[in-house]
Amino acid sequence: MVVTLLNLVGMIEISLQKILKSSTGEMKLDLKMQFEEGKLITVYGKSGAGKSTLLMLLAGLMNPEKGYISMGENIWTDTQNKIFLPPQKRNIGFVFQEYALFPNMTVRENLCFGLGKGQSKNIVDKLVDIIDLGQLQNRKPNTLSGGQKQRVALARALVNKPKMLLLDEPLSALDQEMRLKLQSYILEVHREFGLTTLLISHDVSEIIRLSDFMIEMDQGKITRQGNPAEMFTNNRVNAKFQFTGEIISMVKQDFIVILTVLIGNDLVKVIANDQEATSLQIGDKVLIASKAFNPIIHKIS
Amino acid sequence: MIDWNPLLLTFKLALITTILLLVISIPLAYWLAHTRSRIKPIAETLVSMPLVLPPTVIGFYMLLAFSPSNAFGDWLDQWLGIRLVFSFEGLVLGSLIYSLPFMVHPIQAGFANLSPSLQNASYVMGKSKLTTLIKVLLPNMKPSLITGIILAFAHTIGEFGVVLMIGGNLSGKTRVASIAIYDEVESLNYAAANTYSLILFGITFIILLMVYLVNGGYFTKFGRDD
Repeated sequence: MVVTLLNLVGMIEISLQKILKSSTGEMKLDLKMQFEEGKLITVYGKSGAGKSTLLMLLAGLMNPEKGYISMGENIWTDTQNKIFLPPQKRNIGFVFQEYALFPNMTVRENLCFGLGKGQSKNIVDKLVDIIDLGQLQNRKPNTLSGGQKQRVALARALVNKPKMLLLDEPLSALDQEMRLKLQSYILEVHREFGLTTLLISHDVSEIIRLSDFMIEMDQGKITRQGNPAEMFTNNRVNAKFQFTGEIISMVKQDFIVILTVLIGNDLVKVIANDQEATSLQIGDKVLIASKAFNPIIHKIS
Repeated sequence: MIDWNPLLLTFKLALITTILLLVISIPLAYWLAHTRSRIKPIAETLVSMPLVLPPTVIGFYMLLAFSPSNAFGDWLDQWLGIRLVFSFEGLVLGSLIYSLPFMVHPIQAGFANLSPSLQNASYVMGKSKLTTLIKVLLPNMKPSLITGIILAFAHTIGEFGVVLMIGGNLSGKTRVASIAIYDEVESLNYAAANTYSLILFGITFIILLMVYLVNGGYFTKFGRDD
């Protein structure tokens, strides 16, 4: 592959092909992407689109039939030259959807397990500090709540100072409040450790809040990529205010429809006209925007 | 007083067999649980054969194979100085084959029940396969290991056919408790046979009770962590 010789330092290059066998039959994963190190990138798409497989391939936990992965000057996978760096040598952090904490170890032992030979325990203390695990250090994973487990998993993934952090829907099982908290932790460690982060997420507000760049996948292929806010709004509005939420109920009254929309933790009622309402149904994710007018502002703290 | 030698020999045999089986079965069960090789069904069949095959069949073929009167047994005898027929070493080998499925099956199930993410998490943290096995996988499948150990031990105690075929009935060498019972009955010595039988009855009851207590989670420290 000629591109490898011209590979720029500071870029991550991915080109992967693999046949995936699933319950619905075979699907060909065929991806090509390139981005700068240090970015937070979200992978978005339906389940079964091949998002988790992408992370497994990046981590070296799976092998592509054909492909190439490089991070800066390091080549991780190159099927043409039979290069396949094992997961142990890729220096990545991985947060699994089901946490994957080791049940036989305490929280602190889980973190210390990631230390390399002779590596100082300072990093463990630092992570405990940043992610507020002080109280939990001597507990076993099965005594923790989902959010606590996910915080431990996040901290553990960072112990061996990875350059790349892979997050497989880390927040999907958490409630809204916990989500917001975990999102701040992810942003904090992403910046603090200068990570390149790949996050799988289904949550539109999460994606807009966290990521610099977004990739949408379907059937093993990249369908769209770009700036998340622009992608979700399709550049059609130039709004002063915009929120994303989920439609909880729709009540028709004469010529209008009253929509109840869940935005974060708040229920908001908005009015839609008949025409708008025909394309909407309960459960849809919607963007609510309003153009400049005079808002009321109350100071609350 | 009864002769305690057959009982001691039985427990010595069961102990040695269990320890060796544990060492053999962990890598074998790991391979069976993870491989996608085409020979897996054949390997699984061979491991399970002793479950259904009459022990006398195993014993008979071992007797044929290891008898110094045929080529292989002769070679062992001449070159390695090992005689497996009518010796304690032969009993150990017979018991290893006879009790193999009782150790391999629970451990294989234990590996299969662990979430693959545990192993993956350990790998991406830079840990080798061996470190992952010892520090992560095995400690999280203790109930399976304990079940395997107890079943293999108990099954070896209950062995008769293999032992009789390959070991015969040599006092202090191959006369284990099950053989001794048969021997005493043959010489119409029912009291001694009854003593051996009662002891074996009690011990196997206790051993199997432990399996059910462990698997039922009655010992919380062995309980599954999920």
